[in-house]
Amino acid sequence: MNKTWNNKAWFMVLPVLLLVAFSAVIPLMTVVNYSVQDTFGNNAFFWAGTDWFAQVLASDRFWEALGRNLLFSAIILALEIPLGILIALNMPKKGLGVPVCLVLMALPLLIPWNVVGTIWQVFGRVDIGLLGRVLDGIGFDYNYVNDVFDAWVTLIVMDVWHWTSLVVLLCYAGLVSIPEAYYQAAKIDGASRWAVFRYIQLPKMKRVLLIAFLLRFMDSFMIYTEPFVVTGGGPGNSTTFLSIDLVKMAIGQFDLGPAAAMSIIYFLIILLLSWIFYTVMTSSDDQA
Amino acid sequence: MARINLDHIRHAYGEKPKSEADYALKEVHHEWNDGGAYALLGPSGCGKTTLLNIISGLLQPSEGRILFDGKDVTYLSTQERNIAQVFQFPVIYDTMTVYDNLAFPLRNRGVAEPEVDRRVREILEMIDLAGWAKKTARGLTADQKQKISLGRGLVRSDVNAILFDEPLTVIDPHMKWVLRSQLKKLHRQFGFTMVYVTHDQTEALTFADKVVVMYDGQIVQIGTPAELFEKPSHTFVGYFIGSPGMNVLPAAIDGSAVRVGEETITLDYAPAVSAGAKTELGIRPEFITLSREGMPVSIGKVEDIGRQKIVRAEFVGKPIAIVVPEDGEIPADPHVTFDPAAINIYADSWRVGREG
Repeated sequence: MNKTWNNKAWFMVLPVLLLVAFSAVIPLMTVVNYSVQDTFGNNAFFWAGTDWFAQVLASDRFWEALGRNLLFSAIILALEIPLGILIALNMPKKGLGVPVCLVLMALPLLIPWNVVGTIWQVFGRVDIGLLGRVLDGIGFDYNYVNDVFDAWVTLIVMDVWHWTSLVVLLCYAGLVSIPEAYYQAAKIDGASRWAVFRYIQLPKMKRVLLIAFLLRFMDSFMIYTEPFVVTGGGPGNSTTFLSIDLVKMAIGQFDLGPAAAMSIIYFLIILLLSWIFYTVMTSSDDQA
Repeated sequence: MARINLDHIRHAYGEKPKSEADYALKEVHHEWNDGGAYALLGPSGCGKTTLLNIISGLLQPSEGRILFDGKDVTYLSTQERNIAQVFQFPVIYDTMTVYDNLAFPLRNRGVAEPEVDRRVREILEMIDLAGWAKKTARGLTADQKQKISLGRGLVRSDVNAILFDEPLTVIDPHMKWVLRSQLKKLHRQFGFTMVYVTHDQTEALTFADKVVVMYDGQIVQIGTPAELFEKPSHTFVGYFIGSPGMNVLPAAIDGSAVRVGEETITLDYAPAVSAGAKTELGIRPEFITLSREGMPVSIGKVEDIGRQKIVRAEFVGKPIAIVVPEDGEIPADPHVTFDPAAINIYADSWRVGREG
């Protein structure tokens, strides 16, 4: 180790730099570019400064969509995290049941998102869908196309069906890494089932739970494909999340400036919330 | 505190064991005294942890019964048996403080808080962590963590027995000695029945009143350290206890005459050896005298280990070890004599005594 500096090493990272530049940096900078300018076509741009940002932040449409996003993510996290832990705790630890459970759990994760949307869109239809017909048949007035509550329930159940597996698999990985001696020691110490969960399993799952929590928060906050396929943002604007609104604005109305400003605000919100969650959830580690 | 009876215990990990070889623990039938300090000694994989887990109730034996003070506890859980066990690697509850860790087994059993406090403080003193009581257990070193594990084992005053599964593996040598002395002191003070699993003979011999030597899934000898040293009942015990281990030489027995190679040694008794058995002579290096008289040997090398010298020599074509005092001379024309009282005769690896 007599030579730690070698400028040739830069060539090694060049492919990655190029890839990241084309896939992330350049598109992001293009968005920044649009967000501070106005255009009437013909590649003619006018400096707009922070006008678009001000306009987006002043609009009710933005705040309503943001509110829906926060509500949706909160419900998703409140359902999927406890449910995931519960399923993981009850999965077998050895034997034939392990691969069977793991495959069953992985299945929803393998399905492309728009297919998931299509499946539930058809499944829930009142005329031909199994779920819709059954609910209708037993007397529920279920219709996700007309009813706001039904539309939300459909989206939430779909997301729980699709993504709880991820939480389960992460928690399961955390659980199987606990040495048998911990359970034996707990037995000898006379610990109750709850105490085993509270003092052994939960602390050992903490790190994977943090990852599960952040992944599910970010994903649910950015949800687009499934509500787009199932409800298309309706009825009315009741399931128009930020992402759907953004696409409407950018492609539907071709308002590139406001859409670009909204993208950046959206990105910053996710970044900020993820950072807050991460800081809060890891802060207890530092006290020791 | 209890007397422990192991009544024809056998254990196999697989379903439906077919042959003797399928048993991780071959038949064990013994009574362990109330208040005794026992060490289970043996190499890795000899079944000592299996036996320990059967006693603690973490494992149900495939066959046989286990009794505490005459009461059948074979199918009782660990809690119902009222056993404390300390494991090889520290098990601590990360999110609790040191104090709460020690209080945990007591609080789970609904012990009143003043009593919990009294016991925990006592244990904190004993394991020398009094200053750490309010700290979270997470940031501690490995040996501090193991001290907490030990402490949790000792905190209950009403246990039937305390079991230790190689508890000092992760502790540094000096601390090992200190903790072992403390355990010994505790044992004398409270008279718990203690069972201590280890593969370290020094640990076993210094801790226990009775050492249980295990080999290949069976108990080969239970005895005091002196018995294990002087009269190993199996050649394995001879090898395993003592450093260097016992010299074992193939021998032919004819009445009271023992022939090793061209040499013949006469005993004052005739060992009861059945015909066709593989017979061997065992003699500890400490009981061989190196001088100018006796049977000729050729010396390989001499290891000076401080207070004494270990001479590696060849006797009738077989390697043997001889312990020579630090100032003992090594003659140019070396011969050896065996102390007749220290000679043990083995048939098919098991020690045979005097006939009749």
